[in-house]
Amino acid sequence: MFRRWRAGAAVLAAVLVAGPFAPAAQAQEGGKVLRVALVQEVDHLNPFLASFASSTMIGRMTWEFLTLPSAEDNTPSPGLATSWKTSDDKLTWTYTIRQGVKWSDGQPVTAKDAAFTLNRIMTDKKAQEANGTYVENFASVTAPDDQTLVIRTKAPQASMTAIDVPIVPEHVWAGIGDMEDAKTDTVPVVGVGDGPFLITEYRPNELVRLKANPDYWRGKAKYDELQFISYKNADAAVNALQNNEVDLVNRLTPTQFDALTGKSGIATNKANGRRYRELLMNPGAQNADRRPIGDGNAALRDVRVRKAIAQAIDSQTLIDKVLGGYGQLGGGLLPTSYPRYHWDPSDAQRYKFDPAAANAALDAAGYPKGADGTRVGPDGKPLELRLLGKASEDFSLRAADYVVSWLGAVGIKVTKQLVSDNEVDDRTNAGTYDLAFSGWGTSPDPDYTLAKQTCAALPASSGSSSSASFFCDPQFDALYQQESTELDPDKRADLVKQAQARYYDQVPSLVIDYDNPLEAYRSDRFSSFPKQPANDGNIMEQSGYWSFYGATPAEGGSGGGGLPAGAWIGIGAAVVVVVAIGGVTVARRKKTADDQE
Amino acid sequence: MTQALASAELTDPDERRGGTGGIARFVLGKLGAAVTSLLLVVALGFLLFRMIPGDPVATLTRDRPTSPEQLAQLRVRLGVDKPLYQQFLDYVGGLLHGDLGTSFGYNRPVADLIAERFWPTLLLVGTATVLAVALGLWLGVRAAWRRGSGFDRAHTGIALTLWSVPQFWLGLLLLIATHGLFPSGGMRSPDAGPGFFDQTATIAYHLVLPCVTLLAVLYAQYMLVMRSSLLGEMDAEYLTTARAKGLRDDLVRRRHAVPNALLPTVTLVFLQFGMVVSGTVTVETVFSWPGLGLLTYEALRVPDLPLLQGVFIVLAGSVIVMNLIAEVLYRVLDPRVRAR
Repeated sequence: MFRRWRAGAAVLAAVLVAGPFAPAAQAQEGGKVLRVALVQEVDHLNPFLASFASSTMIGRMTWEFLTLPSAEDNTPSPGLATSWKTSDDKLTWTYTIRQGVKWSDGQPVTAKDAAFTLNRIMTDKKAQEANGTYVENFASVTAPDDQTLVIRTKAPQASMTAIDVPIVPEHVWAGIGDMEDAKTDTVPVVGVGDGPFLITEYRPNELVRLKANPDYWRGKAKYDELQFISYKNADAAVNALQNNEVDLVNRLTPTQFDALTGKSGIATNKANGRRYRELLMNPGAQNADRRPIGDGNAALRDVRVRKAIAQAIDSQTLIDKVLGGYGQLGGGLLPTSYPRYHWDPSDAQRYKFDPAAANAALDAAGYPKGADGTRVGPDGKPLELRLLGKASEDFSLRAADYVVSWLGAVGIKVTKQLVSDNEVDDRTNAGTYDLAFSGWGTSPDPDYTLAKQTCAALPASSGSSSSASFFCDPQFDALYQQESTELDPDKRADLVKQAQARYYDQVPSLVIDYDNPLEAYRSDRFSSFPKQPANDGNIMEQSGYWSFYGATPAEGGSGGGGLPAGAWIGIGAAVVVVVAIGGVTVARRKKTADDQE
Repeated sequence: MTQALASAELTDPDERRGGTGGIARFVLGKLGAAVTSLLLVVALGFLLFRMIPGDPVATLTRDRPTSPEQLAQLRVRLGVDKPLYQQFLDYVGGLLHGDLGTSFGYNRPVADLIAERFWPTLLLVGTATVLAVALGLWLGVRAAWRRGSGFDRAHTGIALTLWSVPQFWLGLLLLIATHGLFPSGGMRSPDAGPGFFDQTATIAYHLVLPCVTLLAVLYAQYMLVMRSSLLGEMDAEYLTTARAKGLRDDLVRRRHAVPNALLPTVTLVFLQFGMVVSGTVTVETVFSWPGLGLLTYEALRVPDLPLLQGVFIVLAGSVIVMNLIAEVLYRVLDPRVRAR
């Protein structure tokens, strides 16, 4: 009995010895490092293939763009191009490339690199995977000299100052025959860049390490190293932030965010988001040949029914109760973080939560209430809708109950269908839904977001949809056409808003809210990060590298350094335990041997 | 174990010869069954993952600008434009050449990805299994020997509780409870030096929490099986004989009872090992341990069909191989089975 106590005491002592040192040991010393928890995986570092948000974010550090959205308000600002002008017929764009910029291997950056990059995407199908849409309208790209890049487009294009394509060095990438070769994800290839940081190490699913580019044309960043560390579990990432293993975490849930708020040494950031969350109402799915597809309820083809549903849903309650208040009431398709293009309905236009008005509208549309309180359509069938949502998503799970009860109150019977993410994608693409929770990320240039709602975005065949809303409206299309070719910024913004107003009026989907991205960082190690847009924007997943490039280490903040001493102490503790147990065992064996004799 | 082998020596020589020929036949038979199972796994794996709802192309391109041409191009690249039977023939053809296909998401050979992730998982599962076996057997023996005692009741209770706790939850609980004593995730610290000792130290340090989580859930089975199998031996007459010889209680237990009760547990260890490899998905996900479990989890989210198929075949294969080893070993270890 006593022996067992002795072994127990040895273990306890070892743990107690290791305990107090381990957490302190993880705080680093020496060079300044920004450690970012990456909860999303990296698919590729090769910028021609990289398509996950995390991968494109890393690519933004390494290769400079022609132009990039400014940190202040997302308006186009100079990058590799110092200035740009367009011809009178609006078909030819001439960019002046910055002089004196060098690749990290010492070669100069010229217009020929830009021309090579864009031409490669235009001519090599494999190189189109990530950024193919940006060059669709290009007729030719040439570099008459080292400082001039000329792009001729097939039709006027307003988004020419928002070409979100990383420009890569020709002398490195010209030698790559197969764009999908695995070596394009290795440091010798992706490590050559001209951005604020250069990739120095890539361990898939563990780490991407970058060093500050000393020759970066804007000047070296205020710290030395940037690490993106993989966490597959958001709770573990939050734990790592609290334990000072990482400095920055994003994509927090409201619960995690609230738990971190007010903690010493940690600052939280509730940002204006770039995503909109919506309730799709299948307005009659059809394919590009205008043949009906899917099995959506015919009642939703009536815009009056869709409007009544919009009136029966209390978006503000969903924001307050389901999102913990971390969202802004939705209006148009472009969130408030793009003030130039964001559109909000006027008080008179807005669908206010008003069950009485919804009831009246449904009566007027020809859906009177039946004996059991469920409305009956002109075809004599009760008005029953399916509501599709992701079983993996907290919002869908909880918001579905609210929607079922609100619509039930106005006589629409709703059945919840909470399924896998893939099934939601599949069914919204194929039009086999009535109502569905969905949402999209938007880019600073409104073109893509609006293009998805045009008739041209209808699927060529079932299941190949690029639009989930199946909206096809001549009036909206006309506004989109004008917007996409309008080069006067104010006129364009006005057209963009008109198009959103038309969408809102026809409600193929109800934009519920714009979620607030929730982030947290170690304020004891980094005092500030530039946000995009300024003041209320996000830190991670910006359209640009502003936050990482401009991060300011805190006074006395440390970072970097060798192996955490805690590791050694942990090992030491383990050795002590093993020796203790071994000792006890040997002692016991000896004792038994004695007994035997 | 030595005891069991020693007792095998004592069996009749003629019977033993017959047994050896039998063993060859037996192993061949089992091998045939294993290969058949593996073939079934290949076919089933292919069909199973084609039944998962969701278009990989749509999932891969969700939330970013893509033109119909890009989508079509991607379909050709991934090979999902071909009819199902053609995809199956391509797949089986590739398998015969040791080619598991190319991952959609990573755009790399599946075999490479699996090989890369195999060692971290083996390290985690191997360490946890060795510790769990040691702890489980030790506690099981002690609990059985003093059946009904406070020790027995307490440890059986703890083991049953831990066994029924979800690994995911237990992992998170440990993470929070240890308060930064151990790393929250990953296998290596980004700042660890490249040297052997630095790397070993950082990996050992990162291994602690995932290993303890896995251990907590694993050891219970070994303990409970060891306990019940030793209880079965306790009333055997040879123990009474041993005691009658005047042997100390300790020796009766270690030299006589335990070796005979060890068999079911040894079998279980091997049977379980295959299962544990596939069961690390949750632990690896909680602790971001870059092993096969995490690879499976990621492949499921895309869904990355070739990768899923590959992982499925490797995991199912490991269960089959471990089953085979367990069956053969059981026969080697237990003369009673061999004599049959």
